[in-house]
Amino acid sequence: MSARGETLLWIAQRASAAVLAVCVVVHLATIIYAVQGGLSAAEILGRTRGNAAWFAFYAVFMLAVTVHAPIGLRAVLIEWFGWRGVSRGWFLVLFTALLAWIGMRAVFAVFA
Amino acid sequence: MKVSVWKGGAGGSFQEFDVPRHSSQTVLDVVTYIQRALDPTLAYRYACRVGMCGSCAMTVNGVPRWTCRTHVDKVLRNERLQVAPLKNLPVIRDLVTDMSEFFDKWARAKGQFTGSRSKRDGFAAVSPSSEERLQIDAGIECIGCAVCYSACDVVAWNPDYLGPAALNRAWTLVRDERVTDIPDRLRSVAGDAGVHSCHTHMSCTERCPKKISPTAGIAGLKREILKSALRGDL
Repeated sequence: MSARGETLLWIAQRASAAVLAVCVVVHLATIIYAVQGGLSAAEILGRTRGNAAWFAFYAVFMLAVTVHAPIGLRAVLIEWFGWRGVSRGWFLVLFTALLAWIGMRAVFAVFA
Repeated sequence: MKVSVWKGGAGGSFQEFDVPRHSSQTVLDVVTYIQRALDPTLAYRYACRVGMCGSCAMTVNGVPRWTCRTHVDKVLRNERLQVAPLKNLPVIRDLVTDMSEFFDKWARAKGQFTGSRSKRDGFAAVSPSSEERLQIDAGIECIGCAVCYSACDVVAWNPDYLGPAALNRAWTLVRDERVTDIPDRLRSVAGDAGVHSCHTHMSCTERCPKKISPTAGIAGLKREILKSALRGDL
């Protein structure tokens, strides 16, 4: 990959980290607030399902994770295993697809 | 005191010597004593003995240091000293490392000055108080000792990584208002082999004997590369 391409990956990882910082704070604050009354799983789903705003929030959260984690894993694979080249690229594509699928499946299950 | 010194190449081992203690004794004095009085085959490298040439760096008790300016008093533990070659560089023999790759990376980071003026243009007037000049001042006194390179975890993990000294050199040139080809220079230090692999552990800054902060230079290069990428110059 060119220096420009690697720089764009770095920018994408830093930008997604900024989004994640906000999402994680909102997520933690929400769950701490929500469980204070001792909500059951059924009660939580009753409140989350069909809520378009929370669906959009967690879809953005998932998108940020899907951008951020594979770029970080890419560096880990270089530094820990010296893995480069086309095979690493395909592994990361598969990892990204798996992450997006598992994440969005959860978002749809809780909020759709 | 007991001094363990690395003998041999990469597959060598430590050999122990008894060395008399003296006041104001440096680690380089210790190594020199061993070669002159105990083991004339010991290979090591030094030149100026006053912290200018950058040739006597070694790993002392696990830490990379310039040995000519490192007093034994400050590093001795339980009357023992361990002296090894610098890490992250191939060992030629005993305490001597092959520094070719270290300096080749300076060239890969475009560490040479290129200007646009000829001798007919006269001197460029650079304000000593300009922000760029002050940033250059903070990084320009590098003596090329490779202590930072030896201390860097990223160099150990990723052999292509240019390393703190080469990137610091690139930073001082990028800030130089006389220097040409800035986008090309930024391109040569961007990406996996360049500044974007730095983990900001700051081992280079911690260990630099000249108190330079290559970490600050690397952060500056990241900012300049980001601006260049956003402008579409990269």
